[in-house]
Amino acid sequence: MAASGSHASREVVIQVDDLTKAFGKNEVLKGITTNIHRGEVVCVIGPSGSGKSTFLRCLNLLEQPTSGKVVVDGVEVTDLDCDIDKVRADMGMVFQQFNLFPHLSVLENCTVGQLMVRKRDKADAEKRARTNLERVGLLDKEAAFPGQLSGGQQQRVAIARALSMEPKLMLFDEPTSALDPELVGDVLSVMRKLASEGMTMFVVTHEMAFARDVADRVIFMDGGYIVEEGNPDDVIGNPQHQRTRTFLDRVLNPTKVGQIGGEDAAYAERHAGDEPTDGSGSLPEVPLSTNTRHGGGLHG
Amino acid sequence: MSTVTADPPTKKRLSPRKRAQRMRWAQYLVLAIVTVVAISVADWGQIQSVFFRGDMIKETFAQGLPTAFKNTIVYTLGAFVLGLIWGTILALMRLSSVAPYRWLASTYIEFFRGLPAIVVFIAFGLLPLAFPGLVIPFDPYGTVWIALGLVGAAYMAETIRAGIQAVPKGQVEAARSLGMPSGVATRKIVLPQAFRIITPPLTNELILLVKDSSLVYILGLSRDAFELTKYGRDIANTNANLTPLVIAGFCYLLITLPLSMVVRRMEARQKKER
Repeated sequence: MAASGSHASREVVIQVDDLTKAFGKNEVLKGITTNIHRGEVVCVIGPSGSGKSTFLRCLNLLEQPTSGKVVVDGVEVTDLDCDIDKVRADMGMVFQQFNLFPHLSVLENCTVGQLMVRKRDKADAEKRARTNLERVGLLDKEAAFPGQLSGGQQQRVAIARALSMEPKLMLFDEPTSALDPELVGDVLSVMRKLASEGMTMFVVTHEMAFARDVADRVIFMDGGYIVEEGNPDDVIGNPQHQRTRTFLDRVLNPTKVGQIGGEDAAYAERHAGDEPTDGSGSLPEVPLSTNTRHGGGLHG
Repeated sequence: MSTVTADPPTKKRLSPRKRAQRMRWAQYLVLAIVTVVAISVADWGQIQSVFFRGDMIKETFAQGLPTAFKNTIVYTLGAFVLGLIWGTILALMRLSSVAPYRWLASTYIEFFRGLPAIVVFIAFGLLPLAFPGLVIPFDPYGTVWIALGLVGAAYMAETIRAGIQAVPKGQVEAARSLGMPSGVATRKIVLPQAFRIITPPLTNELILLVKDSSLVYILGLSRDAFELTKYGRDIANTNANLTPLVIAGFCYLLITLPLSMVVRRMEARQKKER
């Protein structure tokens, strides 16, 4: 599947320039700069609280960035004059909690956006909705209501709902994190298919295998920064930074933790430099090699 | 319960379950005694002639009970619709990001919830004094609808606001991320869900409105515009007999009991769905 990298062109779809976001005094993003290209599949990984979901939500302005620039398809969404609804219609979004509309049937979930935003007529909208429900393998559920579906089915409907708008790119915010383990596979295979068809995808995920197989590029975030990014074999297979290594070790070998409380210590350590710097302007120091908790048993 | 330990040791102690059983018997006994006393003391002939006099029942029906019944329903429904629309606007104002709207809505709601409805109606009846040229359409219905609706809206606004806030934030985010403008998201996604959540409490508001409609006589209505209470009271007063009022009371129950049954069923269904 790594061949999907061939879809990526050098055309920039999303340009992110020194993006910051603070909730009150709590700085969640501390200056993110990256580009996403047409056809590229970018997976963002990182510990909880690292700001990856906030980063994704800043891209379609579900969170208002504090400073910095986000340009989507040539439109600067951080500009006050930008018609954000128009930009959002072209950016599909899939949520961790699915967020299907419970009062609408599966088919209506997939048509309401087309009818209200794309102004398509009903027959056309339903035709496109059915095409996309078929893509996610749920055409037979079109009359069902979200409450009657399993989590995995709901998430696939959510993907079909987003695809029905015919977006230019898709944002996935931890799409499998709320699913029972046995339901994750179906959602991931839908996403794999989407990636192989050349969809531009920005995926916040904890699924390392997916990131490794499908992503063209993996971004590792921690403490509001991009710590490391590159092709998945490098970032996941051969991480350069200690923080990436620690995180991956914990994710890939969850039973290997030496002592209870180790995660708390790791968290405290990661965020030790995150205190507001009182406008001194200097970046907090990134501890790279102070992690001795594993007693060298790992990367010794 | 702690008295058990204080009992003298010589007395045979009852087990807790036996004691509970005896308590139940005692309660039945009290109930039976009260009933027997009430029945034997009451003068049944007198009671029947005041509350359920046959010719008065006929008289009450003949003088236009259906019209009064209809008026009560029309007053209530009109006021409910008006209150619902105005209440929704107030609820949206209370949740507005523009602070003055929030203040205005809060003030309105607190004002009309805090005042007895009867005071509002008295003031409303005297409104032509303040606005001499004032003409309210659909007289007398329009006047009643507005007076009753203004008060009802204050109560409904709080219910609707709670309903809107009960819709998860993710719903708005999902709608907005499809490119829906905020107004469309509210209309198509939030409000339908909010109203589904608050149908039971809103039906309760409807029941309250049915009863509050008994206050509109204060607006000074002509005879064929009387609602049930005023109608029944008028006949009761002229005949010094309570039968017409009792019938009016039954008519209210005829409206409100099915409604509360509907509410109970809706609540049960909602509980099951959750």
